[in-house]
Amino acid sequence: MIKKQSAVGIFVLIGLVCVGYLTIKLGKMEVFGSSSYTVEAQFSSVSGLRNGANVEISGVQVGRVSAIDLDPETFLAKISMKINNNIVLSDDTMASIKTSGLIGDKFVELTPGGSDELLADGSVISDTEPPVDLIALISKYVFGSI
Amino acid sequence: MIHSLFINPFIKLIDSLGATALFLFDAVIATKNVRHLFSKIFNQVFVIGAQSIFVILLIGLFTGLVLGLQAFYAMSMFEAQGMLGSLISLTLIREMGPVLTAIMVAARAGSAMTAEIGVMRISDQVDALEVMDIHPIGYMVSPRLWAALISFPLLTAIFNIIGLIGGYLSACVLLGLNAGRYMSGIESSVMLSDVTGCFLKSLVFAVIVILICCYQGYFVHTRRDSKGPVAVGNATTSAVVTSCVLILIADYVLSSFLL
Repeated sequence: MIKKQSAVGIFVLIGLVCVGYLTIKLGKMEVFGSSSYTVEAQFSSVSGLRNGANVEISGVQVGRVSAIDLDPETFLAKISMKINNNIVLSDDTMASIKTSGLIGDKFVELTPGGSDELLADGSVISDTEPPVDLIALISKYVFGSI
Repeated sequence: MIHSLFINPFIKLIDSLGATALFLFDAVIATKNVRHLFSKIFNQVFVIGAQSIFVILLIGLFTGLVLGLQAFYAMSMFEAQGMLGSLISLTLIREMGPVLTAIMVAARAGSAMTAEIGVMRISDQVDALEVMDIHPIGYMVSPRLWAALISFPLLTAIFNIIGLIGGYLSACVLLGLNAGRYMSGIESSVMLSDVTGCFLKSLVFAVIVILICCYQGYFVHTRRDSKGPVAVGNATTSAVVTSCVLILIADYVLSSFLL
């Protein structure tokens, strides 16, 4: 027979490990402050992009989308991305919204440029490319106005 | 005629709603005057939490196994088995985890709670507590309420993890899905808001289960349909049924808020 104290101890320990796994590993909670900097970008459409979507360079994840807003003056979509501190980007970096697979999640692909000027915290990426509208593409092909 | 058919039951419903709300209020207020509060909460965490681990592990494992099995065959019609990890993890974390955990704990610990408090009531032990100047709600209900608020999120988290392991076993080990696709599906689709929503639900369900089960036991002597030991049995039945129904209703309401 296990002592009552040990049983409750084991229960709380297993429970807390599971809570930790869910919130930190799966929920991507930032425990140790932010070891990242924020970069903004404006797109003509971010349709399908979700808060928390991946930001990738050459297919490797380097950050996450942290906010999606509408710029009330230009009516363009404005997204904020948290980029890991060890990734240094030049200011002519291009941001484009891609889809993983045919029906997969949307993510932001960054294509680094060659400029010597670097993107600082809070700066804006000016060179952007909205997601490809698959339906419009197919209908163009079907109706022959390509 | 109309009076006895429609108005009286309505008044009774309003009365019992008010009594339940006052009961919860009492249980929270009475907490500050409970002696040996922490050892009482500890004992209840043992009953509600630690003793429920085994059944939660079993239910969680088989829920995950059957989710993996069914979803794999449904998804393979569209060649979309890569979405399996997202489907299983979101189903478990958003809905199945909190709801099934709450229903299992209501059936296991909630029924025992109603029977225990009910027997204390019909054998006049509640009156004895009052004579000794011990607040009966503070003595019996408050420790259970706080213990449930501690135990339910932990049990739900255990359920979710073991369910994900169950899904892995049936989809990846038995049916041969690529384990990397399963894991990346889970990690890419679960957001922090899903996890906090899951824990919010489990806290609400904890209050519902404890409130209904303790209320049914505490007021067992006012039942109209039966008296004495039969009333304890009926109270236990209606406590479990009412908690399950209210859990599912609250789940719908909370889901529509959280989505």
